[in-house]
Amino acid sequence: MNFLEWIKQPWPWYVAGPLIGLIVPLLLLIGNKAFGISSSLRHVCAACLPANIPFFKYDWKKEIWNLFFVGGIIIGAVLVTQFFSNPNPIELNPKLAADLQAHGISNFRGMVPTELFSWNSLLTVKGIIMIVIGGFLVGFGTRYAGGCTSGHAIMGLSNLQLPSLIATISFMVGGFIVANLIMPILLKL
Amino acid sequence: MNTNTIESVKEKKHHEFLSENTDFEVRSMDTMCVNESELKHPVWHNLKYMVAGILFGVILIKAEVISWFRIQEMFRLQSFHMYGVIGSAVAVGALSVFLIKKFKIKTMYGEPIEFISKKFNKGNIIGGLIFGFGWAITGACPGPLFALIGNGATVIIVTLFSAIVGTWVYGYFREKLPH
Repeated sequence: MNFLEWIKQPWPWYVAGPLIGLIVPLLLLIGNKAFGISSSLRHVCAACLPANIPFFKYDWKKEIWNLFFVGGIIIGAVLVTQFFSNPNPIELNPKLAADLQAHGISNFRGMVPTELFSWNSLLTVKGIIMIVIGGFLVGFGTRYAGGCTSGHAIMGLSNLQLPSLIATISFMVGGFIVANLIMPILLKL
Repeated sequence: MNTNTIESVKEKKHHEFLSENTDFEVRSMDTMCVNESELKHPVWHNLKYMVAGILFGVILIKAEVISWFRIQEMFRLQSFHMYGVIGSAVAVGALSVFLIKKFKIKTMYGEPIEFISKKFNKGNIIGGLIFGFGWAITGACPGPLFALIGNGATVIIVTLFSAIVGTWVYGYFREKLPH
């Protein structure tokens, strides 16, 4: 296996997890910033449509580092996708693969199933629920919870914050309910 | 004299503004920028955060953390991958925070690194559950939304826009929601 083939392979958890963990001290050391993503959505609201709402009346320019950070995520994703992306379909648990195939999802090549997440499916019932309402729940829920997977589950837990542990458990409970009880109904729509 | 009065009025207003849970809440209930740097830097200094973001984006994709399929596996308990990623990230993050506190390590500008505690409110549970619903449906939390767009799933721009709308709607109804 040559170098290019090797680097195109997906990384195991024990490589990726510690690297994600190192983002925490990296941001602290380069500028005293606490790792977090979902606040960037709030800064966009504050910058574009504060509408005299107290929650959006603050100096978002002071938090602009966060917008640079998420901009970097997009650039990093473009670079990896262009040069080092895994050409093979994702290796899934056979049970999940069989279950999804039974619901008409058989393309395992991308990061999202194109049968559900594509411009063509956007205006179907399934598309509106998964693409539009799903996104709304992510934005509303993370802000209501005061953070997302990065801010609570990684930064908050790293700093041993009990509210972050409670929030993380709530994320997981919500996810378990939907993935196991609601998703089978959604896929049948 | 006149200017003095104006200044003191300004000063007062600024304090009122702070006590009305606006700006300070960026630093208390929310996750980010709890420890704002006192130093002022030119805007281009923010490019270092872009570099950090690029690294994060690369990891998110190479670890398949942004995959809708991996998230379904996680919530169906059909794979250890995501638990391994988040668990080892927390372990390394916690060790780093511990070392920074223990040895009072400073930022590259020589400022002390501060950590501010989070206060519990009901939103941690209610909002957490709502986010969990959205995470399982879209297969993405906010970081992966950005990474998926870079990965070429352009329809996720709609999901990201919806998430921004969701954040705005939360801000609009915030005073009426239980906290």
